[in-house]
Amino acid sequence: MIDRRYALLLSALGGLLLISCVISLGFGSARVPVDVVWRILLHKALGIGEANWSAGQEHIVWLIRVPRMLLGALVGAGLALIGAVLQAVTRNPLADPHLLGVTSGATLGAVIVVLHVGEVIGLLTLPTAAFIGALLSMLVVLAVASRNGRLESDRLLLCGVAVSFVMMAVANLLLFMGDHRAASAVMFWMLGGLGLARWELLAIPTVTVLLGLVLLLGMARPLNALMSGEQTAVTLGLNARNVRLKVFLIASLMTGVLVSISGSIGFVGLMVPHIARRLVGAEHRRVLPVCVLLGSLFLVWVDVAARTLIAPEDLPIGVATAAIGGLFFIGLMRKR
Amino acid sequence: MTALNLHHLAWSPLGHGHCHHQFQLRDASLRVGAGEFVGLIGPNGSGKTSLLRCAYRFSKPAAGEVLLDHQNVWKQSSRWCAQRIAVVLQEFPDAFGLRVDEVVAMGRTPHKGLFDGDTRHDRQLIEQALESVGLLGFEDHAFATLSGGEKQRVILARALAQQPQLLILDEPTNHLDPRYQLELLGLVKRLNIGTLASIHDLNLAAAFCDRLYVINHGQIVASGTPHEVLTAELLREVFGVEALIDTHPLSGYPRITWITQP
Repeated sequence: MIDRRYALLLSALGGLLLISCVISLGFGSARVPVDVVWRILLHKALGIGEANWSAGQEHIVWLIRVPRMLLGALVGAGLALIGAVLQAVTRNPLADPHLLGVTSGATLGAVIVVLHVGEVIGLLTLPTAAFIGALLSMLVVLAVASRNGRLESDRLLLCGVAVSFVMMAVANLLLFMGDHRAASAVMFWMLGGLGLARWELLAIPTVTVLLGLVLLLGMARPLNALMSGEQTAVTLGLNARNVRLKVFLIASLMTGVLVSISGSIGFVGLMVPHIARRLVGAEHRRVLPVCVLLGSLFLVWVDVAARTLIAPEDLPIGVATAAIGGLFFIGLMRKR
Repeated sequence: MTALNLHHLAWSPLGHGHCHHQFQLRDASLRVGAGEFVGLIGPNGSGKTSLLRCAYRFSKPAAGEVLLDHQNVWKQSSRWCAQRIAVVLQEFPDAFGLRVDEVVAMGRTPHKGLFDGDTRHDRQLIEQALESVGLLGFEDHAFATLSGGEKQRVILARALAQQPQLLILDEPTNHLDPRYQLELLGLVKRLNIGTLASIHDLNLAAAFCDRLYVINHGQIVASGTPHEVLTAELLREVFGVEALIDTHPLSGYPRITWITQP
């Protein structure tokens, strides 16, 4: 049911995202004019044009801001996607990627590494530890939530929340008793940040988000059916438990990967799906691409705010998403 | 021709180990012939919904078998079943703002693979389904904003888009005004698809069903045409109420008048 209005909206959002990506690179503690940004991009990506800018500008734009912008777009897209499908399979409009327990597992992994292990494998230590924590907590949630081989969405969410609380309690205890300088390093990660972004770290989240998008788009019909209830899904020929388990696994793995690099960035996964549904309705083949574009767009701009508002300091992006997202959402609700 | 046969079904709700007789099924057998409108009546908790759930392959019976076209449905996939049986439940996709045409399009799910889009044929079927329930032009309305009667008709349209050989309806007339009750059952009757429906209102059951089954404490206690089944003795025994049974002056089917104690 792709109609012209929808195609128009999709291309408008896509265009807006591309323009935003380029413009956003100019912002930060050191401003770089947009035309310089544009010429650096053309030069580095396609080898066009003369290098008549400073080495510092090139370093900032190409080695720091481009990977950061790309990571922001990927994380925004991924979290929005996960939020949309989780809300559908649990039939709970308040479901959020971080409710699965994965994020707190990642946090605990990160805390343990920062406080007690140190950077044993360099830059990758923190993301790796966080991802292992995320996986373990996903397995715990699955083990606790499944009963007689069944997996009910209510139990899943409750177990996710319960496991989250336990993991966060342990992580907070470790932080409370540990070294305060290490604690502030973990804190920054816990509040969410794109500061870890490097070119060499981008491959994994890129593959994760693209693969997740393709798989979930393939499951669009089952997702539509599950959104209208378990029995309805069965009468439409679906194995509801199977679909739910698949979605839970995909969502957990995606969240694990994204969170281990960017920390827990809240509100995107909760809010963007609702805005997307207002624009194009709830049908998943229509809403998922819009979620991806809106999520990216949102996070790219929130990151601009995060690195300019209290420059030269970085504002934790999780704080910014929560503040901006919450206010925006309240505005939206009041307008209705 | 397609027919549904339930042979000696037994089923009891999981997780209620202690003597919980409600909702159980015991040795229940039932048959729906091609094009036949069969009604299932019985008091609350007698096992109507349990029986229907077994019939549409949601609950697996502990004993007995469910045959569709002489095939055991549990030896086939749920997709195979969904290509042949469509079900109208009281479960409404209210949340998330789905549109009417999106709800009806869900009916195409069992006929579609992973990445299949909607073809022109699918869109025609969706349109026809909406037309036959009288809701053409409602495609882009939000499902949640419809009235109860309209919602029930949309769900019926979804079932029709499934192109079923058999329809199962669980209390399809609940919460509907008299006009919509009559319209909905009349519509289903005119489809001439084999239909199994649990119906609360015995006068409606008498008016529309070719045959009735009466279920009580999980057992089928009577079956036959409305005239054969709906007797004052049966209503007293099964439903525990006194009633006067006579013939409807215009249509000839049995008419039940409840006798209330002052």
